[in-house]
Amino acid sequence: MSLKTKGWRELPIGGLILEGGTSEMYKTGGWRSLKPIWSEEKCTHCLTCWIYCPDSAILLSDEKVQGINYDYCKGCGICAKECPTKVKAIEMVEER
Amino acid sequence: MGKISAKTGNEAMAEAMRQINPDVVAAYPITPATEIVQIFAGFKSDGLVDTEFIATESEHSALSACIGSAASGARTMTATASQGLVLMQEMLYIASGLRLPIVIAEVNRALSSPINIHCDHSDTMGARDSGWIQIYSENAQEAYDNLIQAVRIAESALLPVMVTIDGFIISHGMERIEIIPDEEVKGFIGEYRPRYTLLDEERSITMGAIDFTDYFFEHKRQQIEAMKEAKEKIIEVSKEFNSRFKRDYGLFECYRLEDARYALVVLGSTGGTVKVVVDELREDGVKAGLLKVRVFRPFPWQEIKDTLAYIPFIAVMDRSDGLSSLGGPVFQEIRSALYDIDSRPKVINYIYGLGGRDTKLHHIKQVFQDLQGIDRTGRIDGLINYLGVRE
Repeated sequence: MSLKTKGWRELPIGGLILEGGTSEMYKTGGWRSLKPIWSEEKCTHCLTCWIYCPDSAILLSDEKVQGINYDYCKGCGICAKECPTKVKAIEMVEER
Repeated sequence: MGKISAKTGNEAMAEAMRQINPDVVAAYPITPATEIVQIFAGFKSDGLVDTEFIATESEHSALSACIGSAASGARTMTATASQGLVLMQEMLYIASGLRLPIVIAEVNRALSSPINIHCDHSDTMGARDSGWIQIYSENAQEAYDNLIQAVRIAESALLPVMVTIDGFIISHGMERIEIIPDEEVKGFIGEYRPRYTLLDEERSITMGAIDFTDYFFEHKRQQIEAMKEAKEKIIEVSKEFNSRFKRDYGLFECYRLEDARYALVVLGSTGGTVKVVVDELREDGVKAGLLKVRVFRPFPWQEIKDTLAYIPFIAVMDRSDGLSSLGGPVFQEIRSALYDIDSRPKVINYIYGLGGRDTKLHHIKQVFQDLQGIDRTGRIDGLINYLGVRE
C-alpha cells in the first residue's frame, strides 16, 4: 500500500470511511499460512468449494471454477475439506 | 414564562424527553431510573410522542440499539442508573468513539457489592473516561433544563452526553419546577440534521472499520480535541438557553465565592445543602462559599483553577471513592488543576453519602469547621476524610 498516512486534522471523524464497500481494498491474503492449490484436471465443477468459501475467494466463470483469488483467500482450508472425497481437487500446501 | 408544576426528578426528565420527542428511545428499566422509562412508555402508548420505543432485554442491548439508531441518523435517547450504566460500559466507548450524539438520562446510584439502591456517584464516575460529556444536576429543574440542553450540546459537539440526578433524593423527591411550553422546547432544540447516516444510499459510508497501529491514535486524538472543544459549545448552548428561558447555567456555579476564605466543591443535590450552610455561616461572619460543578466532562480545569486560585482553604466533596487510596476522583482532578499556582490553596477531600447515607447540615458545618481549624493551626490532620461513617 502506498497511501499517504494522514494527520488527525485531515481525517473524517469517528473512524468513518466516507464510502462503502471498502473491504475490497483490504487484501487479507497475507494472513495465509496454508495455501490451497486447485487442480483443473481433477475438478468436476460441482461448486461445493464456491458455496462454502467464507471469503468468496473461489473464482468462477460461466459456472466453472477458474482458480482461487489469493488476494482474499485466508487459507482456512474449508474448500479442500469440502471438496468431494472421490475428487480431491484442492490440496493445502505450506505458504512460503 | 412556562407552566409551574410539581414534579419528581424522574418525572421532570421524562417530561423533557416527551418535549424533545426523540426519533428513537431504546431502554431497559432499573431502579431508581425505572420511572423515566415507564413514564415515557406511557407517553408513547398515549400517542404523545412519535418515538420508536424499543424495550430491550438488557442495558447493553439498549445502548447497542441506540448506537445503531444514532448511526442511522436518528435523534436517540435512553435512561439508566447504576448497574445498568455499568452493563452499558462497553457500548459507552463505542458510542463516543463513533461520535454519536446519544443522550442518557442517568440517575446516580451506588454500585454492588454490597447491593444498594440509593445515591452515590460511583456509577457515572466509573464512566468518566468513556468519552461522554457529563452534566450533574442539583435538582429537578436543573435536570429538566440540562436534558433539553444536552440534545443541542450532543449534536453540536458530536459527542454523547449523560445528564445525571441523585437517586431518590432528586429522582423521587417532588419539587416545584417550571416547564417550558412544548413549542419553545421544539424551537430551541431544532431539527436534527445528522452529518453522516448509514441510511443515505447516495452517500454510502463505512462505520466501525478496524483501525490498527497506523490510524487509531489519530482518531483518539480527534476525540480528545472534540472533548476540549465541547466546553465552548456547552457555554454557547447554555447562553442561548438563558436568553430564551431566563435560567443561567455555566460550567459550574459559584455561590458566595468572590471573597470566600473557605470553599466546598460539590456535585449534585448536596449543592443545595451546602448553600444553606454557607448562608448560615455568612450570617456569623464566616467567609464560606461553594463551587458546584455542573460539567464534569469535559473537566473545566482552567476555569476552576482561576476561580479557586485565591481561596486558601478548600474541601472537595466526593460522593464516590476511587478505591485508589488517594480519595475520590473530583478531589484528584481539582487538586491537580491547582498544582501550578505558586501559592496554591490547601485542598482536602471528604468522601460522603456512599450508598445514600444522608448528608445533613451539621455534616457540612463540620467540614467548614475543619477548614477553619486548618486556617488556625496551619496543620492538615486528614487529607482524605470520611464524612458520616461510623468508626
